[in-house]
Amino acid sequence: MNTVQTLLAPLRNMGDSFGDAFDRMNKWQKYSFYGVVIIALYLAPFWPDVPVLGRIVDTPGTQFATVLNDQVIIFVLVALGLNVVVGLAGLLDLGYVGFYAVGAYVTASLTSEHASLPWLLTLPIAVVVSMLFGVILGAPTLRLRGDYLAIVTLGFGEIIRLTAKNMEWLGASRGISDIKKPPSMFGLKFGVIDPKPYYYLGLTLVLLVLFVLHRLEYSRVGRSWVAIREDEDAAELMGVNTFKFKLWAFTIGAAVGGIAGVHYAGKVGFINPDNFPLTLSILFLAAVVLGGSGNMYGAIMGAVLVAYIPERLRNFADKRVFVFGVVLVLMMVFRPEGILPKRVGDEHEKRRKKSDSTEAAQ
Amino acid sequence: MSGTLLDFDNVTMQFGGVTALSEVSLQIARGEILGLIGPNGAGKTTCFNVITGVYAPTVGAVRFDGRSITGMKRHQITKQGIARTFQNIRLFSQMTALENVMVGADSRKASSVGGAILRTARQRREENEARERSMELLTFMGIADRANNAARNLPYGYQRRLEIARALATEPQLLCLDEPAAGFNPAEKQELNELILKIRAQGYTVLLIEHDMNVVMKVSDRVAVLDFGRKIADGSPDEVRNNPDVIAAYLGVDDNAS
Repeated sequence: MNTVQTLLAPLRNMGDSFGDAFDRMNKWQKYSFYGVVIIALYLAPFWPDVPVLGRIVDTPGTQFATVLNDQVIIFVLVALGLNVVVGLAGLLDLGYVGFYAVGAYVTASLTSEHASLPWLLTLPIAVVVSMLFGVILGAPTLRLRGDYLAIVTLGFGEIIRLTAKNMEWLGASRGISDIKKPPSMFGLKFGVIDPKPYYYLGLTLVLLVLFVLHRLEYSRVGRSWVAIREDEDAAELMGVNTFKFKLWAFTIGAAVGGIAGVHYAGKVGFINPDNFPLTLSILFLAAVVLGGSGNMYGAIMGAVLVAYIPERLRNFADKRVFVFGVVLVLMMVFRPEGILPKRVGDEHEKRRKKSDSTEAAQ
Repeated sequence: MSGTLLDFDNVTMQFGGVTALSEVSLQIARGEILGLIGPNGAGKTTCFNVITGVYAPTVGAVRFDGRSITGMKRHQITKQGIARTFQNIRLFSQMTALENVMVGADSRKASSVGGAILRTARQRREENEARERSMELLTFMGIADRANNAARNLPYGYQRRLEIARALATEPQLLCLDEPAAGFNPAEKQELNELILKIRAQGYTVLLIEHDMNVVMKVSDRVAVLDFGRKIADGSPDEVRNNPDVIAAYLGVDDNAS
């Protein structure tokens, strides 16, 4: 055990040392860091063409940009939404795929099955409808806590899928095809062959969602969520309207899940109930927990890994899921708080200063 | 509206077959420090839980500032102006000290999701007010130097005082302290005494549950004693100290188990 831990120490400290380095930067260094990261991300479809990097990141059998959009972007969006529910407010949601399905079905039925609205218009509609479903699920169930809530949400995910499967109006098990693509904009044409425009669109959605969630997290709303997660009774006795803020967490999480669904529907053009299985909910949750529940950037990191690793390991064919499972288990043993957990307060700052000077404080 | 701030009127609280409080009546006057004492299991914390809405009384009513608060939701009671601390510390451990206090201050704010997303003028003003007020309270409690530390990493004495700061941030009229001196050494108890008096001097009414007789007798204007869910005495510290029922309850009579 000891040797294993020593061997894994660098991996274990990876997140910490990155966080420390980041905290040491001043405002402008941080802005330039963000800028570089964002540009690098928009250029991500071209990473496989870079000499060494390309060999490392390229995915066998599938175009890299396709993996980026169909897997990574979707998972990142969903993880961001789920992180609000699970990571911030501490409400275990095992049926999150339900909201993702709602978003996809709104776009599908309004652009193909029942109307022919443009894709872009269905985005806000889907957000509203998903939020409505968040309220429908949340209002009666948020009195429950912990395991009980998890079971009810698990049921919700299945209800959505089974409803879609049995409702002729939603295409039943044959699904809905001919879903409209996003409109051409900024010289980008959303066709069938080139996945890059979808990726750019998806990345933009991610950045927008990130912006909104960041504002929420560092406000009265975010504080209320974390207080509820930490001690719901104490929070309520300190004047937090716990029911209201839990419902908000559910609705906002639902909205983001819905956006992911809209993006997915626009790309694939065809959906059916089998696209929204229970296992997807579990993978979404794995992404959030793996990355670092409660920290948006951790959730993103987890989503990228959960979405990308199986694709990268495709050469191992059917063993890849096993390898992926082993990676997850090892993670949970050696860094149970996730890769990038939320850093609270400025202790790490002190720790660094302490190690800089030889004097022991206190 | 008389000088009575809280009227705890003939309250009986039963849990199944257990009667935790039996026909307890208690009045707290505006501006006073009322000490509530009694042996373990006498019903002191149950009293707190009824006042703050954790339990609804089986019989009886609680009136605050002339209004009935029985049946109100907990967070509404907080907004009426009652705040409390906990016997076993219940801070939001993954938040900083400052954030803990800000959660309390937030209870007086109104901006919500829309305000936060659009970062409206009101939201920014409220955010600044909450931050400033919370820093003031941390300074008042003497723990501002650790404002940006996670609550779980604070020393014990800081955590106790942080709980009081968080409660004060909700702008209460009545502050209920549940054994604030638990685990303190004599010097710290002395500091706490001074602090409680300082809090009262700021215009708060204080209801104090405490085991430590030194603390209760020194700071309380009036002391009420509970034993087995009944109020057995109510009066000035001196009266209570010499009350034979109280002495019996604390020291035991005959083969009465404690």
